[in-house]
Amino acid sequence: MNDDVQRLPVVTDQDVVRVRQLVRTVAVAVKLSLVDQTKLVTAASELARNTLVYGGGGEAEVSRVHNDRRAGIRIVFADQGPGIADLDLALTDGYTTGGGLGLGLSGARRLVDEFEIDTEPGKGTTITVVKWCR
Amino acid sequence: MERVPVLKIGEILLVSIQIDMEDQVALQLQEDLAERIVATGVRGVIIDISALDIVDSFVGRTLATIASVSRVLDAETVVVGMRPAVAITLVELGLSLPGIRTALNVDLGIAMLARQDEDIDLLGDEDDTDQVAEPTP
Amino acid sequence: MPLSPDEASRFAVLLESNAESLAARWSELAGAGLRGRLSGAELLRQTRDLRSAFQQALAGGASDVNDEAAAELRAQLSELSSHRARQGFSATETAISVFALKEATLHVLGDAEDAATLRDYVAFSAFVDRAALFTFDSYVRVREALISDQAEQLLELSTPVVKLWEGVVAVPLVGTLDSARAQVVMERLLQTLVDTGSPYAIIDITGVPAVDTQVAQHILKTVVAARLMGADCIISGIRPQIAQTIVALGIEFGDIATKASLADALRYVLGKTGKRPVR
Repeated sequence: MNDDVQRLPVVTDQDVVRVRQLVRTVAVAVKLSLVDQTKLVTAASELARNTLVYGGGGEAEVSRVHNDRRAGIRIVFADQGPGIADLDLALTDGYTTGGGLGLGLSGARRLVDEFEIDTEPGKGTTITVVKWCR
Repeated sequence: MERVPVLKIGEILLVSIQIDMEDQVALQLQEDLAERIVATGVRGVIIDISALDIVDSFVGRTLATIASVSRVLDAETVVVGMRPAVAITLVELGLSLPGIRTALNVDLGIAMLARQDEDIDLLGDEDDTDQVAEPTP
Repeated sequence: MPLSPDEASRFAVLLESNAESLAARWSELAGAGLRGRLSGAELLRQTRDLRSAFQQALAGGASDVNDEAAAELRAQLSELSSHRARQGFSATETAISVFALKEATLHVLGDAEDAATLRDYVAFSAFVDRAALFTFDSYVRVREALISDQAEQLLELSTPVVKLWEGVVAVPLVGTLDSARAQVVMERLLQTLVDTGSPYAIIDITGVPAVDTQVAQHILKTVVAARLMGADCIISGIRPQIAQTIVALGIEFGDIATKASLADALRYVLGKTGKRPVR
């Protein structure tokens, strides 16, 4: 069950900033704690940049979700880029192909409650993260 | 594109980041700072991030690069005002920002730079002949 | 079997015409289970209020306790459960107070032996059952709210962050640290560092009986977070068993300063800042 899904393109630097701001707004609306807001926005920033830099641009989809006990936020990042050939390696701390610190994927995973990655070489990558209110 | 202003106050360059920076803005700041350090000959840089509600790995890396570059240019960088939630998130992210000196606020940052200047004065001329930048602890 | 409008109005009349004897009998029955912890007068007042709420609901044609006409009754029942919950009565004792209406009603029905009265009574009894279940539910809700309030108060009470010296704050941790509490303490400590501009924090764990991996991780992360913000943490009061656990669990305290007592930690910090405590 989810409501008011919001979509944003992730094609430029400014889009990354817009994704951060949207995620922050929704995180405040579902009453995540300040630390959890910060963690989620940071994770969104890492993943949006990945979509832009490695995926060649794509889309972010932010929605509020509920299960029987809690409210939360789900963010889906999707691109039609080259995909990730070795997922285990990509999720290793410090591994990078883009000259970054290699903490984007692995770090973002530690900042959220649920992390799902769906990728196929040549087809693109879709990453879904969820953060629940405590 | 917005630009982060760099102020010179006494012997210190003060940068207060007040906006949610695009990556390009962060890179521009890195360039601007290097130029201003050389142009002004200051020995200390203070970067106030108390207005930032997040620091991701890109901004973290930019701060680390700024610190390294300014050290090569013989200026010490202190990052001040990091919010608790930001610090907790950075720890979780796995970003420990090695090589960056930090202080709780601008005042403490200035005091930290002043102490370092005293140390250098105590060492006298010997220090000036030493061209190699001190390795970070 | 829901109460029909006819049955409801018949019972409304019954409750009205026997108002006093019913309330008296009801409070007597309810009082039996409370073993004198509520005064007779208090109980009688409560049953009188409840009786008139029941009567009002039935006169309004309520067939179930969730009906519009029973709004006042629900309010009365919620108030009853909230009072009882706060006074420490059990859920059963509270529900019995409502169930007792059935026996009291039987009492005023007298010796009627016809099937129609029996049918009426069964329907009415089901109505009272649902009212009692409603009471039970709201009792549980009140208790849950009480428990979570108390947990929060306990958290407030047990996690003070105190200023020890100019530029030095301390958190004396007392009691068992679970993950949630450790997180709250640590966030508060970091915020206090900012608010007071203190570059030193002492985390004293003298009063902590045990440390598990998760709690140790929280403390370590806090120390690292504080360092990122430009403050130094010292851990004091590590008891021998805890030191053993820490080593056994393979937790690296690395270059984090540890001192035997809070006093040692303070002396260490003052030494670093160049201040000397005056003896």
